[in-house]
Amino acid sequence: MAESMHEDLILDVQNISKVFVSKGVSVKAVTDISFQVRRGETIGIVGESGCGKTTLGRCIVRAIEASAGKVLYRTQKGEVVNFLSVDAKQMKGIRREIQMIFQDPYSSLDPRMTVIDIIGEPIKANYPKMPKAEREQMVIDMAARVGLNTTYLKRYPHAFSGGQRQRIGIARALILRPRLIVCDEAVSALDVSIQAQIINLLKDLQKEMQLTYLFISHDLSVVEHISDRVGVMYLGKMVEFADTESLFSHPLHPYTEALLSAVPVADPEVHMERIRLKGEIPNPANPPKGCYFHERCAYCTEMCREKPPLLRQCNGHMVACHRAEELKLKGFEYSDP
Amino acid sequence: MTDRQQQKLLKKQEKARRKEEKYYLASQWTLMARKLTKHKLARVSLAILGIFYVVALFGGFFAPYGLESYDASYKDTAPTQIHFRHEGEWYGPFVYKLSMQRDPVTYKKVFMEDTTTPYRLQFFVQGEPYRILGLIPGNIHLFGAEGGAKVMLFGSDSLGRDMLSRIILGSQISLTIPFAGTFISFILGLLIGSASGYFGGKVDAVIQRVIEVLNSLPSIPLWMALSAAIPPEISVTQKYLLITVILSLLGWTGLARVVRGKFMSMKNEDYVLAARLAGVSDFKIIVKHLIPGFMSYLIVTLTLGIPGMIIGETSMSFLGLGISSPATSWGVLLKDAQNIANIANYPWRLIPLFFVVIAVLAFNFLGDGIRDAADPYK
Repeated sequence: MAESMHEDLILDVQNISKVFVSKGVSVKAVTDISFQVRRGETIGIVGESGCGKTTLGRCIVRAIEASAGKVLYRTQKGEVVNFLSVDAKQMKGIRREIQMIFQDPYSSLDPRMTVIDIIGEPIKANYPKMPKAEREQMVIDMAARVGLNTTYLKRYPHAFSGGQRQRIGIARALILRPRLIVCDEAVSALDVSIQAQIINLLKDLQKEMQLTYLFISHDLSVVEHISDRVGVMYLGKMVEFADTESLFSHPLHPYTEALLSAVPVADPEVHMERIRLKGEIPNPANPPKGCYFHERCAYCTEMCREKPPLLRQCNGHMVACHRAEELKLKGFEYSDP
Repeated sequence: MTDRQQQKLLKKQEKARRKEEKYYLASQWTLMARKLTKHKLARVSLAILGIFYVVALFGGFFAPYGLESYDASYKDTAPTQIHFRHEGEWYGPFVYKLSMQRDPVTYKKVFMEDTTTPYRLQFFVQGEPYRILGLIPGNIHLFGAEGGAKVMLFGSDSLGRDMLSRIILGSQISLTIPFAGTFISFILGLLIGSASGYFGGKVDAVIQRVIEVLNSLPSIPLWMALSAAIPPEISVTQKYLLITVILSLLGWTGLARVVRGKFMSMKNEDYVLAARLAGVSDFKIIVKHLIPGFMSYLIVTLTLGIPGMIIGETSMSFLGLGISSPATSWGVLLKDAQNIANIANYPWRLIPLFFVVIAVLAFNFLGDGIRDAADPYK
């Protein structure tokens, strides 16, 4: 294989783009995104609705085909392959290593199958010769591991609560022993108390099974809690990518600053000055000239209107802003524990 | 609290727990059936249809006379009157024989009851032989009059045949053609609709245009053309089959559209994507996730499609394009009610119409009930 990457890396996303064409109008949902994922870490991807985070996640697991770019992946055997161009035969072996956890615990489980069949379906598809008893034992073990009551597995999904359903979805994703999991808004549909349970479960499983997560969410506090590194997306582009702590305390991109200011703080004493963005998110079918964010940016200059900024290294962050060095932006103030 | 009371309470709790457990273990079909039984109109309709079909199935037994048996002296008689008192004394249900006379002024036929001898009505009388489903022979009829008297609850037609018997035996055709027809439509609609929804693009566009063309053709001239294509010398059963095929060749379009729509919307469900990511093959996804997913909607469409077929068969036969004598369906019976003189003089000729209306309404209400039951958001 001609492809190669650094030993620590499990995933190397290179210049991924996705263009949706409908009735002659093309919409760039994801534009030229690159980042690298180390083995065993959690990458958070944040951004507001419609910024392309879900499309990015789906391109990486090949639920939809990317228009351009590469996703280099190191398989269990140590080979490096471009996951987006492997043929059907190779795919069979690798498919099970990259799985996904879905946002909506209601639509992601087939209402016409019992839970034991739902969790067992991936085994059935990949190991059709495995006897039923063995398969069901695997399902029961996995269900116990994600904290489901195993006496209820013969029930249908309608008998379970949202949190339990999400556990079912997690069990299904993990049953084939994958190595990389894309969590697409995995906790956004749940109550806050359940969110915490599920996040802790994901963290525990990560330690036990050496999982790597790509955690897509619009909820900054969740991302801050779970991620090692965070990427911020705006209108299909990555605008900032850095270590979680550094990104939250010293953002370098004005959009990141605005996002952080919107995070509610559970302390009545702390008064955060909320930065209100002007205007609406631009139409991705007709993005503005120059920096995509300039129309809403408080620090916009002539250059921002003309020239699109490139993602570049700056103070340990990757950032796409012309004025990253000179701006003094306000980060998230951690209140004392 | 005494021990016994406590035990009773425990038992009650246990019962409630079991009931709850049963609900959790219920598949979607069980849940649907449960909701359907709560729908009053659907329940009544189901009962009515059940009666209709049982009567049609055992038509030979329920009909007091055969399809073709006639009595020349009972032409165009009004529904037979049932009496209970003979010469002022209680006698039980009985009928009198009729004798025909002419009105001296108008020359109109008048039937007079011959009140000298009463003929008792009896259950399980011996009568004409018949075969249930063409196999099981029998000659016992549910009811009849003793002696040579006739009991015709819905009157008789111009040849002196009992209307009730003909309605019952006609229902064997009128109520089964729609089923055979919808079955063929169902297969066609499912196949063509799935192809349309699954492949999309050009295949979809072509199929949709064909459906539009088929839908825009006026149905009566099309029926005429198609039934003109049936050779006249074939037997009644073959003709019956061909009529079914004609009806279903035109009836699949609605179903194909439903299937296509469902296919397209369910293709993008998260659980389908999850199955794909797990490595499940396309074919398995269609069979295990997609088709079961819209089966309930298909059944609704089918139930709502049957009345259309009943009406289709009735109108074809009414126009003389469909079933024709000696075979009998409700449409054939209504053909007798085509001219105004018949309706004015013998209004009982319209009785088959009520059965058409009741059957169609019952199917519609049942379809409504199933649709409500299949809707998970209700």
